[in-house]
This record gives sequence, structure tokens and C-alpha cells, in this order.
Amino acid sequence: MRSSYAIFKRELYVYFSSPIAYVVVTIFLLLSGYFFYSAFAYFSMISMQAMRMPGVGGINVTEMVLHPTFGNMSVIMLLMMPLLTMRLFAEEKKAGTLELMLSYPVRETELLFGKFAACMVVFFVMLFLTWLYPFLLWLYAKPDIGPIVTGYLGLFLMGAAFIALGLMVSSLTENQIVAAAISFGAILMFWLIGWSEAFAGPALGKVLSHLSLLGHFESFSKGVIDTRDIIYYINFNILFLFVTMRSLESKRWRG
Amino acid sequence: MIEVDCLTKYFGSVPAVVDVSFRVEKGEIVGFLGPNGAGKTTTIRMLNGFFPPTSGSARINGFDVFDRSIDVRKRLGYLPEHIPLYKEMRTEAYLRFVAEVKGVPAGQRQREVDRVIEQCGLRSVRKKFLGKLSKGFQQRVGVAQAILNDPDVLILDEPTIGLDPKQIIQIRELIKSFAGYKTVFLSSHILPEVSMICQRVVIINEGRIVAEDTPEGLTGKDKTKVALEIKAPRAETLARLRAVPGVAAVSAEARPGDHTGRYVVEMEQGKDVRDAIVQSIVGAGWSLLEMHTLRLSLEDIFIRLVTEEQGKE
Repeated sequence: MRSSYAIFKRELYVYFSSPIAYVVVTIFLLLSGYFFYSAFAYFSMISMQAMRMPGVGGINVTEMVLHPTFGNMSVIMLLMMPLLTMRLFAEEKKAGTLELMLSYPVRETELLFGKFAACMVVFFVMLFLTWLYPFLLWLYAKPDIGPIVTGYLGLFLMGAAFIALGLMVSSLTENQIVAAAISFGAILMFWLIGWSEAFAGPALGKVLSHLSLLGHFESFSKGVIDTRDIIYYINFNILFLFVTMRSLESKRWRG
Repeated sequence: MIEVDCLTKYFGSVPAVVDVSFRVEKGEIVGFLGPNGAGKTTTIRMLNGFFPPTSGSARINGFDVFDRSIDVRKRLGYLPEHIPLYKEMRTEAYLRFVAEVKGVPAGQRQREVDRVIEQCGLRSVRKKFLGKLSKGFQQRVGVAQAILNDPDVLILDEPTIGLDPKQIIQIRELIKSFAGYKTVFLSSHILPEVSMICQRVVIINEGRIVAEDTPEGLTGKDKTKVALEIKAPRAETLARLRAVPGVAAVSAEARPGDHTGRYVVEMEQGKDVRDAIVQSIVGAGWSLLEMHTLRLSLEDIFIRLVTEEQGKE
């Protein structure tokens, strides 16, 4: 695992010595900040009106601000994560550095986990910097802490799933644009697959809705921790990391 | 030690390497020679486990390169043909990274990096970005990463390509210094270079091995030629030279308006008649201005081997 750590450090160095991490994180924060601001401003406007009209109830900060903010953050992640993962293998394949790397005593798993961990750190930093939104909310509106924690847990698991999928796609091509386009398409497909539930028949519909990345996120953003959702995301990660490993190893036996 | 048995590689239906077998003993430096596209890089890539052979097998230090890849790679230093480097890293940081990946213990890492920086003459570019280095320095960084962690077996694909003459000499000296305790297998299409560094040469053409011998053994099979410069009338000189026993052929180089003539004498195989030639010239009262042996370059040998091979088919 020593090589994994070396690879992890190198990948982090590349993310933070080039503009990649800064640009992606900044755009993410700008957009999510704007969405948070809109939701919060709308909420405060509704609250003001409600104060003047006694009898209007059911205004809830979790539902009106947190829930849409988490939802929007997940959409921005959908757009941004392929940009973080696209280079991980494609760049090295194109430059030929992967050939040299695999002539060192490094196992494919070590290489994979080094890269996965580095990308997770960038993602974690990105997510961590949004702490300001719940903090501001907490200053003025005293929301429940529970849904905030579960919302972040959900985003974290979903982001990990995006990274696993993106890594797999990146290991299949040497073109970074192709990697980004396919990752984006595949994530969006998994995101929306639940939509066909309504007309796919009861048995298939249930399967499709269970496959949906979005469906499993819903309960997190409402403050519910369902083990089914956690297991779904973990399985998603394991599956795609496993396929990535196989795709890397296949170089050694494929004629 | 490198043992290669009947290695064959097809890309689709196109044969790249066919039935290649050779051995490199421990401590030996062997050159792998062939024109571009002969299958050198393909063979080398199979040796480092980059892709598997279609058939046949290869072992490095007794480990099969396919089944025991990790054991092979632990003791292997590899320099690819176009050295792929992480352009955004600095020389020293890159070498530290390679040392860590190769499993050099943390306590020895800096010392090991300093050693290869010294050996490859990289001190002046320690802190420079790899992408900004000249081709020669990049190549030397490539050699440096290959010899990190002191591997027993070195596989070098065109190690001196893109270097200036002074750097070539440095790298050659470095490779020569491994003789006796490292197993070195290096490919090249520059033939004199191989004869300078290597104890043995394997020649490959169109995916097949056409010869395997010492550089001397390869050159010894050909007739020796001597170039002469003599101050004398041409026709008489030619006749006199042809009369010397052991001379197979004489050719003259015309140089109008000049009394000195240049001649190339080809001797019969295994005979040295230089002494007799000198006696004959001096005996006639002429002046022998210059005499030197023309060494057959490996280019000549290569062309001969390849044409022989084609003749057989």
C-alpha cells in the first residue's frame, strides 16, 4: 500500500498544482451558493408574508431551503465530477506514463485506490467548503441538525459513486473529452432511470427505480437514513471500482 | 538473467515478433539491434509485462514475466523508447515519487535519489519541471528512474536517442559500469554504439532473429580491407598490388592531376598480408604515404545478414 500512498500524493499534487481543482471547486461553490441564496431569499419572503397572514402554516426551513439546496448541489456535482475524473487514467494512457507506471512493482488495485482517494479528497474539500450555507441558516433560522448531516452524507456517498463510475470510463479511453462525455451521460442515465418506473410494468419498474441514483438520494435530503440507500451507493462504488480494476488488468492478458 | 523462449506476438493477423529466443546471462550486457519497426519494442514490452505474448514464454531472474509479473517488476529497471514523464513535476520530486512507488524504504529514499542524480548528471536540473527540460536531460531522467532502487535487470529501449555526443559518452560509460553485476538488455538501431557497449549482440529483422554473436564474431566473418595511399603510377601499382599473394581484390580511387593514388585492398579471409604489401611497394622504390585497416561497420554486417536471410527464402 506504500505505492498507493505515493500515487495518492502525486494525484493530489497534480490537482492542486494545476488549475483543475481550483476551477472546479470555485464554479461548484459559485453555483451552489447562488442556489442556496435563491432558496433562502424565497423562504424569507414567504415567511414575511406569512407573518402578516395569520393562519398560514406549514412553512418549514428544512423543506424549503435545505432540501432544494441539497438537490441542486447534487445536480452541479453531476456536471462537475466527470471533469475531475476524466484525466485520471486517460491522461496517463495518452502520455504513455501508464506503461512506465505499470513497469514498477505496483498492483492495479494500488494504482486505482491511490487515484480514487485523491479524487475523493478534492471532492471532500469541495463539499466541505459549503459549510457556510448551513451555518448561515443556523444563525438565522435554527434548522434541525439531523437533515443537514444526512444530506451531506447522501451527497458524499453519491459523489463517491460518481467518482467510481468516472474512473471506470477514464480507464477505457485515452481521450479525456470522450471520458468526460461518457461519464456525464452514464451518470445522467443512472440519475433518470427511475423515470421509466411508471410505464415499465410493476416488476421491471421496481428494479429501475431501485437503480436510480436520484431516488436513493431523496430520503437523505429529507433527513432519513435508510440502510437500503447506503448499501446501494456502496454497491455502486464496489461494482465500478471492480470493473475499473478488471479493465486495467485486462492489458496484461488481452492479446 | 533473462531467458526468452520462442516468443511470438501477433497484432491481429500481423506478426510483429516471430519465434524469438535468446538468453542474457547475469552480469552480461547484450544489445538488441534492428531497424525501426523490426520488433524490438514489441519484444521489450512483452518482457516488462506490458502485454502478453501470443505464444512462447519469457523469464526474468527465473520468474515468468506473465505469471509472476510483480516479482519480475520488483527487480527490473525499464526505460521506454519515448520517455514518458509527468511534465508538471520537478526532477527531484519525480524521482522521489518513483523511489516511493518502487518501494524504497522512507529512510533510504533521499540517499537513493541523490545517488541517481549524481550518476546521471542531473544536479543542475534538480528543481526544474520535467516538461521544461531539454531532450537530453529528459532522457537522463529516464535512465535515472530506471536505475532507482538498484534493479538487477535493466531493459533499456534506445537509451542514447536524442543525446548529444558528450551525453552519449556519459550514458555509455554508465551502462558499461554495470558490466559484471547487472543484467543489461538494450535496444538500439545505432550499430557502432552497440559494438562499443555490448558483449553480445542479438540482431532482429522483421520480427525474426537473424544473428546472435559477439561484435568481434560478427565482424570477423568478413574479409578485412586495407586502404592505401601510394605515390606511384596507377597501372603499375595496381598490377603490383594484385601480384601480392593473399590479396583478393584491389580497387583504385581516381584522382585526376595527381600522382598519388588511393587504393582499397581486400584480403583473402583469415589472412593478414599488410606486411607483404608494404614490402612490395617499398621494394619498387615508391612512397607509401598512408595505410590503415578499414573496419567493417555493423551496418555492413547488418545489410549482409539481411540480404543473406532474404536469399535463403
